[in-house]
Amino acid sequence: MSLTKQDVKKAADLARIEITDQEAEDALDPLKKVFTLIEEMQQLNTENVEPMAHAQDISTRLRDDVVTEVDQRELLQASAPAIENGLFLVPKVIDQ
Amino acid sequence: MLDKTVKELGDALQRKEFSSVELTRAFLDRSKTLNNEVNAFITFDEEQTLAQAKKADKILSTDNATALTGIPIAHKDIWCAKNWITTCGSRMLENFRSPYDAHIIKRFNEYGAVTLGKTNMDEFAMGSSNETSWFGNVKNPWDLNRVPGGSSGGSAAAVSAGMAPASTGTDTGGSIRQPAALCGISGLKPTYGLVSRYGMIAFASSLDQGGPMAKSAEDLAILLEAMVSFDAKDSTSLEKPTVNYSGGINRSMNGLRIGIPKEYFSDQTAPDVQKGVAEALKEYEKMGATLVDISLPTSPLSVAAYYVIAPAEASSNLSRFDGVRYGYRAPKYSDLNDMYAKTRAQGFGAEVKRRILIGTYVLSHGYYDAYYLKAQKVRRLISQDFAHAFKTCDVIMSPTTPSTAFQIGEKASDPVQMYLSDTFTIAANLAGLPAMSIPCGLDQNQLPIGLQLIGNYFDEAQMIAAAHQYQCVTDWHLKKPPLYGV
Repeated sequence: MSLTKQDVKKAADLARIEITDQEAEDALDPLKKVFTLIEEMQQLNTENVEPMAHAQDISTRLRDDVVTEVDQRELLQASAPAIENGLFLVPKVIDQ
Repeated sequence: MLDKTVKELGDALQRKEFSSVELTRAFLDRSKTLNNEVNAFITFDEEQTLAQAKKADKILSTDNATALTGIPIAHKDIWCAKNWITTCGSRMLENFRSPYDAHIIKRFNEYGAVTLGKTNMDEFAMGSSNETSWFGNVKNPWDLNRVPGGSSGGSAAAVSAGMAPASTGTDTGGSIRQPAALCGISGLKPTYGLVSRYGMIAFASSLDQGGPMAKSAEDLAILLEAMVSFDAKDSTSLEKPTVNYSGGINRSMNGLRIGIPKEYFSDQTAPDVQKGVAEALKEYEKMGATLVDISLPTSPLSVAAYYVIAPAEASSNLSRFDGVRYGYRAPKYSDLNDMYAKTRAQGFGAEVKRRILIGTYVLSHGYYDAYYLKAQKVRRLISQDFAHAFKTCDVIMSPTTPSTAFQIGEKASDPVQMYLSDTFTIAANLAGLPAMSIPCGLDQNQLPIGLQLIGNYFDEAQMIAAAHQYQCVTDWHLKKPPLYGV
């Protein structure tokens, strides 16, 4: 594979990270080196190997659907960049 | 008292040789002075620290004291601690004051331990040199021109320089063991699932595991007892019977079968490191252990698989940093999307962005099978290699790192060179196995060499006992960096 500047810009857009042309250009060479390293995997035959997502073969625990936490909205919102009346403020999303 | 181990400090506190306030004050003073040179800590909060010490002194005057009551411990700044600034080494969380305690912080509090401060780290634990921290790089106490390793570099440097008797770290691909090796201390990554990840800022959730860092294997055992506990708030936390790690360290090494993986002993490793490890293995043979040749044939691909899996998980985990609920928000933006993009462009450093881009790319349409699924299959084979190897040995040993501490800036321009410094540590994370690093020598530049031990699942006790027995017959773990005398 050959990673292009366009690939870098597309990934940055998907990841919601603003990137200039120059930054994408500068990022390209180190990224190509990383992908050369990653490509080493392709030499190994992994046919019929079960993918491993997790270190322990366990299934997710379930719990009863009951409230276990107390309301601490003010405490939790204290770290937010912008709040008003208990709401997180973001730029206008829908035009009227 | 600054030279003592956790075990010795605990005994001295219980004998009332000094109070926790006196001890804590002494460590605060030393740490604050040395921090100008080492930069091991991001945050001190004397008021909270000394309040905990006072409380500990009260407990010490009752029958309720534990082995950790009154002991100051430095926590990696990846752990949320209530009312403490918790930055994860990032501009994104520069002013984030945690509203809650991580599970392990809560446990240490229950044991009466004192939070000495929050230690510096690579940004979001992504790095092997501490050069990616927004708060400046940590310096290696053995040579201030060299890196301490990463990502738990501040925690390693703090213990090495005598700024803290012990610390906590986290290990996703070697982030406890590699800095422990480079700073000449002992560090342990438990079996995945033993230590709760609740309140640990997530990097790669299927690999991340917290663990202790200290001056000796015995101290690691004491700290681990506080850190291991089932936690319903971590969906991968495992319910296991309690193990008395510190009570089991006096095992005979007679008959211990030590697996020597041929893939981890090559000429790629620095000659001094090879020599240090070879001599350590001879010590084990003297104690009655036998060396068994083993093979981990897929392990040479562990770095490749890791740099798909870890960035993939990171790109998902770090999507939460969007400038809405907590952390940094860009000062100027045009609309919601622009706010996200500018916030993340300004809030994240270069290495974090690189890993988010890698992760986003390998998970994107058309590439999932070739990269992510392939890496998960390689992971399975790596895990099976270990299962096979443990049929003929009780513990695996190797160098922790291919070289001793490298110069600041030496590997900063080539990410792959940096990534390869974790070449011996990553496989244990992919398999979920417990592993540790202990000092086993000094190279020609008087820099520490690390011996890695990898145990079987939930067999921390065996691994710690082996490390402790080695420390009973050698004194590498007692060597102090030149800075120590300052």
